[in-house]
Amino acid sequence: MYHYMIGSRVSPTPFSTFGLRRGALGVLPILPAAVAFGLVYGVAAAEKGMSLLEVGLSCMLIFAGASQLVALELWQEPLPIATMVIAVLVINLRHLLMGATVAPWFEGVGRLRTWLSLYLMTDESWGVAVADRRQGHADAAFLMGAGAALWLAWLSAGLAGHGMGNLTGNIDPALFAWLITGFFVVLLAGFWRGGGDLVPWLVAAAVALMVKALLPGTWYILAGALAGSLLGAWLHVRRA
Amino acid sequence: MSAGLEGVLAIMLMGLATYATRIGGFLLIRRFRPGPFLEAWFGHVPGAVFAALVAPAVWSAGPAGWGGALVGFAVMRWSGQFIVALGSSLLAFLALHHLPL
Repeated sequence: MYHYMIGSRVSPTPFSTFGLRRGALGVLPILPAAVAFGLVYGVAAAEKGMSLLEVGLSCMLIFAGASQLVALELWQEPLPIATMVIAVLVINLRHLLMGATVAPWFEGVGRLRTWLSLYLMTDESWGVAVADRRQGHADAAFLMGAGAALWLAWLSAGLAGHGMGNLTGNIDPALFAWLITGFFVVLLAGFWRGGGDLVPWLVAAAVALMVKALLPGTWYILAGALAGSLLGAWLHVRRA
Repeated sequence: MSAGLEGVLAIMLMGLATYATRIGGFLLIRRFRPGPFLEAWFGHVPGAVFAALVAPAVWSAGPAGWGGALVGFAVMRWSGQFIVALGSSLLAFLALHHLPL
């Protein structure tokens, strides 16, 4: 953690506008995917009856694609707020690990910059920032630059998608029903890390199907997710 | 109007929950290091959440949904291109949906 201590002097951790710019350029290759994702989110949200304000606030405040999609899936009257918050919390637990790994980067960086950098941290910006570190760079602003570029793209695309959603009235409604589910399936495929995921995923799916048949509401998501992830962790630790 | 306020409240709470996870690991790291089980669990959470979420939706969508899911999953694994995979899944779904079965 103190590898940059030389003698008795601690060299300050750099946090420069140059680093911000490099971070923003670092996520450039993945911006088209983020924009496409955001457009689909906005269209689907309009279809579900979310207002433009709600879409904008979601993109600005939650700023997490998977969580916003789950919230969208749960979006119905009356809003199951507790389930939504618990689901979002559980989905984002991985951020705890990501936040822990960047902690050493921010030694000596002011609180406001640090907290804002973490506010803007996503899977993608964290990924490119880690890659940048591994190449020997040490500018803490990279993470914020990458996050800010994604945040802007995500917000603009979500709002634009919401506008498009109002223009798509004559599209086959069955296709819209499939849009969100298909989206989830593709997202799930992107999470695949290897054969070790197969059994936990099958168990999560099976438990979800059973609980959905037995209990009302959205308990099936938490039940399936907990069953699958805990089994996965147990199998992982036992193998190690 | 109350529904509108409720929506905004739900979004703000979800935003808080998300930020808690983003800042939480940073704040906790000096006092507490996750053990191998917790670390493995965090890694398994996203996949399990989405598997649980899609299973009933795919199941109830019928043959068109089963085909659409299979195609979307396979194309994503094969190409790694999100938008290509989603497009293929939608096309497969539409084709199967309008097939006179």
